[in-house]
Amino acid sequence: MKFKSQRVAKPYFIVAIALFAGQVLFGLLMGMQYINGDFLFPEIPFNVARMVHTNLLIVWLLFGFMGASYYLVPEESDIELHSPLLARVMLWVFTAAGVATILGYLLVPYAKLAELTHNELLPTMGREFLEQPTITKIGIVIVCLSFVYNIGMTILKGRKTVINMILITGLIGLAVFFLFSFYNPVILTVDKFFWWWVVHLWVEGVWELILAAILAFVLIKVTGVDREIIEKWLYVIVAMALISGLIGMGHHYFWIGPGKYWLWLGSVFSVLEPLPFFMMVVFAFKMVKQRRHQHQNQIATTWALGTAVMSFLGAGVWGFLHTLAPINYYTHGSQITAAHGHLAFFGAYVMVVLTIISYAMPIMRGRPQGNSIIAQRLETAAFWVMCLSMFGITLALTVAGAWQIALQRLPDAGEALGFISTQEKIVPVYWVREFLGGVFFIGLLIYISSFFVGETDRVAEPDPLILTG
Amino acid sequence: MADHFTKGMARNIYYGGSFSVFLLLLGLTYNTMLELPKRDHRENITAAVIMGKRVWENNDCIGCHSLMGEGAYYAPELANVFDRRGGGDVVAFKGFMQGWMAAQPIPATARRKMPQFNLSPEEVDAVAEFLIWTSRINDNGWPPNIEG
Repeated sequence: MKFKSQRVAKPYFIVAIALFAGQVLFGLLMGMQYINGDFLFPEIPFNVARMVHTNLLIVWLLFGFMGASYYLVPEESDIELHSPLLARVMLWVFTAAGVATILGYLLVPYAKLAELTHNELLPTMGREFLEQPTITKIGIVIVCLSFVYNIGMTILKGRKTVINMILITGLIGLAVFFLFSFYNPVILTVDKFFWWWVVHLWVEGVWELILAAILAFVLIKVTGVDREIIEKWLYVIVAMALISGLIGMGHHYFWIGPGKYWLWLGSVFSVLEPLPFFMMVVFAFKMVKQRRHQHQNQIATTWALGTAVMSFLGAGVWGFLHTLAPINYYTHGSQITAAHGHLAFFGAYVMVVLTIISYAMPIMRGRPQGNSIIAQRLETAAFWVMCLSMFGITLALTVAGAWQIALQRLPDAGEALGFISTQEKIVPVYWVREFLGGVFFIGLLIYISSFFVGETDRVAEPDPLILTG
Repeated sequence: MADHFTKGMARNIYYGGSFSVFLLLLGLTYNTMLELPKRDHRENITAAVIMGKRVWENNDCIGCHSLMGEGAYYAPELANVFDRRGGGDVVAFKGFMQGWMAAQPIPATARRKMPQFNLSPEEVDAVAEFLIWTSRINDNGWPPNIEG
């Protein structure tokens, strides 16, 4: 580790993984409710479990991005973090606000929570993913601003590398576009239009900059490839991401009020959206092939390659699958959307956070060449179990979606099955999904256990059992 | 990548390309904002529709249902429920809504459950008004059939 202040990343990563475990548990709970509507009802209604599941995801990924930035920006800038104290204070503020909000969801009815937090003063609640009470949203803004300030000051004082510049652009974008969550007009069409300025411009816009910057940093470190080459790739990938993704937002505007030209714009531009992800795959494998040294933290390299491949599959292929307007007409708001959402979020954002954790955590724990072989083998097993089970969940949901469309949407009005009857028919597929969800949770437990084994062993030779491509 | 393609060129594509496309997005947004009133008929938004949207939000209906295909996929689509359950008849739909909301949760084993939200008749009426207004938005003909 080059700078002492990089160490503030460590508690961010620990909190992130703890919240990740919570997210998966609530996912399993929801999976059971898909099979049996009486499961934990009325104690935890489905909408509450879903809020907890999705909000924990967003929050733990933000913890991951923050930890990643606190780790890599000082090293890239070649200078200590502007204020490690501010970073530590914000860790506790964010954790406390996050836990309080989740407890609020679980302990009181949502309408009561809206009343207690005076949602009527500035109504922002009750919209998908933006369910947080307004006071929590204000807290998120404060945390994000002080985080961007801390990172920004560090970059201003130090080296302005391409990775730094792209990362800070992404982080500023993250903070700026979140402000649209405070805009909730009474006109539903306008509300929906700008809701996507948070959701789409995050996950198919500025978050991709953060993802690419983190991935490029880890690739430089584990391959030793010349920075010039990596930076050139990085520019082209993020350029493609924004050029396709900004107007690609049109694929969300097909059926919610905006005019017909969005059918064309959304289709054409989002056809280009898999391109940056495909380039990321080529880039990652090429860099590893051209590596100048064999880093002994081999599992970090595996995660980096895995991120490229799984994000291409989830965001690229599964996004393309239903992005053309004539197809989306039938798939919109079906289990196909859920399939895409799961693999895209896991492949892109979950995996990039696990990549930087895999690289940085051993260093922060005093193991510059990675964990012991036994720990790396466990982490590799976890990598495969999680990747394969999430891929299986995606396949199951894709089958569920196709079946749903065939029963409910393709037949003419008289013959089509109703929503609930359709869902009851699909239950066998939901069992498969739930089983694979259980496998995923086991993978996560293996992953967590890898932090606690082989502390006394040293890494010796590159291990042929750990695949690095 | 080939040597004649320099990092400077890549940087220019990044800054120039994304900035231009962002300007295009702003232009399209402006145009859409001009077009939307004709498609959503916002002149028909009454106090009850506004109240209905608040009741909808304050009870996190989107956590189970979808509305115009967005939200959760646990419970039926509701942007066309006025046509599906009310046959497009305001009085019939409002009657249905009062009965339906009062009957929750339906005691059928293993069926997906909607909680009892204890809404007042006035609040249920407002939600109905909100869903009726929503059903009349020009949404390019989605969903494919009445089942949503």
